[in-house]
Amino acid sequence: MFNWIQDFADWLIYSLFAIAENSQFGVALNFFVYDTVKILILLFLIVFLMGIVNAYFPVERLRDFLLRKKLFGLEYLFASIFGAITPFCSCSSVPLFIGFVQGGIPLGVTFSFLISSPLVNEVAIAMFVGMFGLKATFIYAASGILLGTVGGWLLGKLNLEPLLSDWVKGILENKMQEGAYADEKLNFNQRLPGITRGAWDIVKGVLHYVIIGIAIGAAMHGFVPENFFGHYLGGGQWWTVPVAVILAVPMYANAAGIVPVIQVFVAKGVPLGTAIAFMMATVGLSIPEATLLKKVMSLKLIALYFGLVTLFIILSGFLFNVLL
Amino acid sequence: MLDIKVLGPGCPKCKTTYTNVLLALEQSGVKANVAKVEDIVEMMKYNVLSTPVLMINEEVKVKGRVAQVSEIVQIIKA
Repeated sequence: MFNWIQDFADWLIYSLFAIAENSQFGVALNFFVYDTVKILILLFLIVFLMGIVNAYFPVERLRDFLLRKKLFGLEYLFASIFGAITPFCSCSSVPLFIGFVQGGIPLGVTFSFLISSPLVNEVAIAMFVGMFGLKATFIYAASGILLGTVGGWLLGKLNLEPLLSDWVKGILENKMQEGAYADEKLNFNQRLPGITRGAWDIVKGVLHYVIIGIAIGAAMHGFVPENFFGHYLGGGQWWTVPVAVILAVPMYANAAGIVPVIQVFVAKGVPLGTAIAFMMATVGLSIPEATLLKKVMSLKLIALYFGLVTLFIILSGFLFNVLL
Repeated sequence: MLDIKVLGPGCPKCKTTYTNVLLALEQSGVKANVAKVEDIVEMMKYNVLSTPVLMINEEVKVKGRVAQVSEIVQIIKA
């Protein structure tokens, strides 16, 4: 499917720019062109597909589904899947949180949504498909959803309502009227321009991360010795997973920028499980998100939430390293 | 006179929406009261789940994404 991009990169670098085919610089540049073109195409396609899904399943409809249907315990799984398919924006997490609990969705189910929403997002999926292939992408997405399901369920069991901010407790006490929402009544052809523009906006928004990430990756590919990390970190030392995750939690990087760099780490010997865990911790938990959540919950609850998710990411890192 | 509100907790997308509203008003020559609603408690009165939200005369017009200038011009002229 992507052979033509390789041909294009070869032609561009070796023929048009006439850079020697076996020079380190030529190889790195070729790698950069190939990856950038491939990733941008994938990114647009996947974001566009998610845009179509979202046009028909806006978050208001998903909330209604969670409220009205009897799901017999599966509501955590559904909330987690919904979180994964909804585009994540940290600025929406607070209104979303309130909107869910206000409508009467249990706190744990709301957490399921909140955990998986940044963890599994369309940009990360596109980057993963491009850099690691379908199998690794599937494992990443499935484990992100599982993590949201289990994490939300467990947080729900802990009866954490007293740790919410006072005004949120007030909302819980007098639950809101029916969540009425106006659906945009448009057919597919009317929606298409908006969806296309939305997808393009997202790609444009992460474009510089993609280019910088792939450029760093390409440079590292050329200059980091073969199996460099494998030599130090790849020998299955158990502490590499927790260290990678704990380093990553305070980092706030876009998946578009971080995945190409991680790919080099993996190519040079870091186990894939450690790399996935590192990425999940980078995109799933961040200081800006914690700051926003402070408006709706106490520090103690944020610490619990972050601590639990961190722990689960570490555990899944171990699991991947055994399975992959 | 139109009453335009931009709801959002101060994220980049909300700021872009607000700027787009001002641009759209300038382009179309329509006069309106424009307000930014950044307080989360105030925002939740409107029952919105995803921000930014563009409201005109207390009616939700665009939510969860940045409204483009041309789009806003169309809405306010309608």
